Amino acid sequence: MIVTCSPHIRHQDTTKSIMRDVLIALAPALLVSVFVFGVHALVLVAVCVAFAVGAEYVFEKACGKPITIGDYSAVVTGLLLAYNLPLGLPLWMAAFGSIVAIIFAKQLFGGIGQNFANPAITARIVLLISFTGPMTDWVTGYPDTVAGATPLTLMATGQTDKMPSIAQMALGQIGGCIGEVSAVALLIGFAYLLYRKVITWHITISFIATVAVLTALLGQNPVYHMLTGGLMLGAIFMATDYSTSPQTPKGRVIFGIGCGILTVLIRVYGNYPEGVSFAILLMNIIAPHISNYTRNKALGGAAK
Amino acid sequence: MSIKRLSGVHAPHHKNTAECAPQRIPTPDKVIIPMNMHIGAPSTPVVKAGDLVKVGQVIGEAAGFVSVPVHASVSGKVVKIDELLMANGAKAKAVVIEADGLQEVAETVVPPTVETTEQFLAAVRASGLVGLGGAGFPTVVKLSVKNPNSIDYLLINGAECEPYITSDLRTMIDDCEHIIKGAALIKKFVGQKKTIIGIEDNKPEAIKLFQEKTANDPDFEVMAMPSLYPQGGEKVLIHNATGRDVPEGKLPLDVGCIVINVTTLAFISKYIETGMPLIEKCLTVDGSAVAKPGNVIAPIGTPIAKIFEFCGGYKAEPRKILYGGPMMGISVPSDEVPLLKNNNAVLAFAEKEATLAPTTACIKCGRCVAACPVGLMPATIEHAFKIKNVDMLNELKVMLCMECGCCSFVCPAKRELVLTNKLAKAMVREASQKK
Repeated sequence: MIVTCSPHIRHQDTTKSIMRDVLIALAPALLVSVFVFGVHALVLVAVCVAFAVGAEYVFEKACGKPITIGDYSAVVTGLLLAYNLPLGLPLWMAAFGSIVAIIFAKQLFGGIGQNFANPAITARIVLLISFTGPMTDWVTGYPDTVAGATPLTLMATGQTDKMPSIAQMALGQIGGCIGEVSAVALLIGFAYLLYRKVITWHITISFIATVAVLTALLGQNPVYHMLTGGLMLGAIFMATDYSTSPQTPKGRVIFGIGCGILTVLIRVYGNYPEGVSFAILLMNIIAPHISNYTRNKALGGAAK
Repeated sequence: MSIKRLSGVHAPHHKNTAECAPQRIPTPDKVIIPMNMHIGAPSTPVVKAGDLVKVGQVIGEAAGFVSVPVHASVSGKVVKIDELLMANGAKAKAVVIEADGLQEVAETVVPPTVETTEQFLAAVRASGLVGLGGAGFPTVVKLSVKNPNSIDYLLINGAECEPYITSDLRTMIDDCEHIIKGAALIKKFVGQKKTIIGIEDNKPEAIKLFQEKTANDPDFEVMAMPSLYPQGGEKVLIHNATGRDVPEGKLPLDVGCIVINVTTLAFISKYIETGMPLIEKCLTVDGSAVAKPGNVIAPIGTPIAKIFEFCGGYKAEPRKILYGGPMMGISVPSDEVPLLKNNNAVLAFAEKEATLAPTTACIKCGRCVAACPVGLMPATIEHAFKIKNVDMLNELKVMLCMECGCCSFVCPAKRELVLTNKLAKAMVREASQKK
């Protein structure tokens, strides 16, 4: 007879099923990416995923820890990192990024759930600072893959007359990282994650809304800011990473607003044209404190 | 009145036995009646081996204010007073009676004289009644009100939010009159201003029945509650019905509420009519290992193997047997354990349902936080427990945890969060005793 503590039934969701849902939500962006940039986008994705999963396996094997590659979280990290890279990045750099993400940002802090910073974001920033040239060497895809600046670079350098149309931005006919170019594809993924209750609306909506409001206040075009750069990708898939964001609804809204403010400050006043990665990383650091200061009021207990 | 509903979880209902009218099982040849079937001091046995007892005769006397007498559920001979290991790990004395099958009723079983509040309370105590909803709190303690004017609400708990269990539903449908009479008795002797019965909206039949029967009573309200576990939690019910919150360390009485389960209330009015103490229970028998699930009425102390036997036996090897529902029920080591006063179900599960998925690392998804009806942070409590930080546990209000199981239920990493909360509460209690 099995004797265990209650409850004796559990919800069917597991870590693995959640990660699988994230992968499904990321699929439309991958399809658009292959359509826009060609098969090479797929090669980049394959390299990132393979090295992320491989790094996790090798590290855990070497440390004698249980192998967790079956939970798909390393696949998600590899995929997200690939989405954050430009098409022309040398593949060895992408592989290096995956290793940084898994080993330095995740495993050295104790593995899944223990890392304080989003692994894909951390790796992207490491790559951006280490290999600034290749990391900002953009190509614009569809119909012809040609070299071109991203809309944010155009905005930052005042070339607003060369800006693509909103429709072009929504569908992905712009320069940028391979996974961030189509806002529509990312929003489909967002809808799926909400439907599957994998994430709540709080972080994503407060993040994007803050960017929209602030850029409008600063006299810039909020729609351009919402549709370009990694904002959609960051707000939907990166900022909502469980272990690096607050656990309370109130905390998540604060976290999203913080991400939004920092993104706009860096985009408008910083040296890099885009600020989503830095904004999320900075907010990751204070996420546990936000969690602590926004605890729910316990029923019948005085508020802390 | 708009009250912010508390969170909870959508547990699968599995109310398979809702249509099964309760059937009485044949008198078992032996019953084992423990002396601590309630929270509070265990009763003191007043019979010895060899004594002949009749149905309804007192075999254990109340040993204090938070205690009630225990009665023989069958007529026959006391064979021994055993030391029994209860499912909660405590040892208790238990009277073992060999039934003669005659079910002769004791001479003491006569309707009590109830004219004053004192007599009413004495009768409730003498009936051996404990809360039949699951916790087993002596009902007389709930009704012992110092200042009757302070009681605003009698909340009748008909939520029955635990999956599988339908015995309360059967009571509501088959014994609606006694529930309403019970509420009237409490109004007469304790004096609440308003009576509310809370029923989850997955029992529309019961809701409709009570609406019809109480249509003429402006002080009796039927409240349909969302089918969101745990609506039947005492504090949850109080909050959702009245908007009041019971402060930490206080009781419902302190906020002018008495909460009584429907079956408990029905029993009170039946006892006043007949004087037959609490010697049998209506309960749901279900689970994937049971051949013919249903509702049965069985004498207290019946080995639950006999109850399963009555329900067609096992159709698969039972791997886990529960007292109560799957969310808060206690898993027992064997089917030889006796039926207790506060059991409202016994469930037997086969291998597939009995085994749980392996635990993995916490991914800090916050689902436990979102699910907790009390508003706690279970994952953070788990961390504080691991580092043995009692101050932090207090700050996190772990003592307010009602152990409903929502956090463990939703956890995608299948972590034993309720177990941790229970252990953390014990750690806090131990630390405060040392001070």
